[in-house]
Amino acid sequence: MADMLNRRDVVAKLLAGPREDLLVVTGLGQCAYDCFAAGDDPRTFYLWGAMGGAVPMGMGLAVAQPEKRVLVVTGDGELLMGLGALAAAAAEGLPNLAVAVIDNERYGETGQQQTATGRGTDIAGIAAAAGFAATKLVAAEADVAEGVRLCREAQGPVLVTFKVDHESQEMALPPKDGAFLKTRFRQAVVGKI
Amino acid sequence: MSEWHDDIFDCLHEAGVRQVAYVPDAGHARLINRCQEANNMRALSLTTEEDGIALLAGAWLGGDKGVLLMQSSGVGNTINMLSLVKTCQFPLVTLVTMRGEWGEWNTWQVPMGQTTQQHFEVAGVICYRCDRPEDVQETVSTALRFAYYTNSAVAVLLGQRLIGAKIFAED
Repeated sequence: MADMLNRRDVVAKLLAGPREDLLVVTGLGQCAYDCFAAGDDPRTFYLWGAMGGAVPMGMGLAVAQPEKRVLVVTGDGELLMGLGALAAAAAEGLPNLAVAVIDNERYGETGQQQTATGRGTDIAGIAAAAGFAATKLVAAEADVAEGVRLCREAQGPVLVTFKVDHESQEMALPPKDGAFLKTRFRQAVVGKI
Repeated sequence: MSEWHDDIFDCLHEAGVRQVAYVPDAGHARLINRCQEANNMRALSLTTEEDGIALLAGAWLGGDKGVLLMQSSGVGNTINMLSLVKTCQFPLVTLVTMRGEWGEWNTWQVPMGQTTQQHFEVAGVICYRCDRPEDVQETVSTALRFAYYTNSAVAVLLGQRLIGAKIFAED
């Protein structure tokens, strides 16, 4: 495990720097906690449910805010529940949409059952076949910086899978009042409730 | 083709709808075409209905009004994703063409078509129904205003009597 990537470290790098032009949607579970641990921001929308909804939510946001980068940070289990959204996102060709898959090959919230990615499924490969503009599988520290650069800067839609360990992390729970999360996001991004 | 499809388009246009999420549907085909051709709207093709619920929530976060076009057979797919709408108080407008009711031919459409309104209401979605073309404009414009002003979820059920039952050659 020592050589595998740490999810908190990867997410901190994904979210580093100024946040004004970065809109984040997190999948439920560990990815929400990782993003909160990296630094809360009103332009981050944490899902606590709605499994499978992170990518389509990012799509609607990317269409509404074409001048801003939209980054979906989600897990392998969440993404596998809505694979059709990858085809839809690719077909729509959203240039400002990026998806970072924090892939621990486990359903971490439900008892660490293995996901299909632990048994051979390659989500970045699926995204490439769906027609994403840029995809990458990052499994080593040396490739993290390039994966982060793709997520933050490359012409989208982008999908990068980061293979991480499944060690437990320090507790970091974001707000779970959905109406509050919605309102503060719109105030920060749209300037109205 | 009848004019009520165009009435819906006019309602969307007047309400400032920017994103029209849809799954393929014969009943909405003319409306989908008009939305695809409109300069101030983006029609987004999805592979399953629940993605439209999440997509419209994202649109609203970014300041865009949206609607979701679907068929009654897809309503069951949206149930869990509607928890996003309810928990966060997102506005939602969905225009649903009904199957499995007036003049239906396909047995497989009946279970979902006969329970569409019940499923929606249990999930917290307010239902308006339209069975006559002269009611479409007022119903859709009211649904749009109600949803966006009150952060409510509203479905307009466009009855099969309005749309016309699908007729197969072997009939």
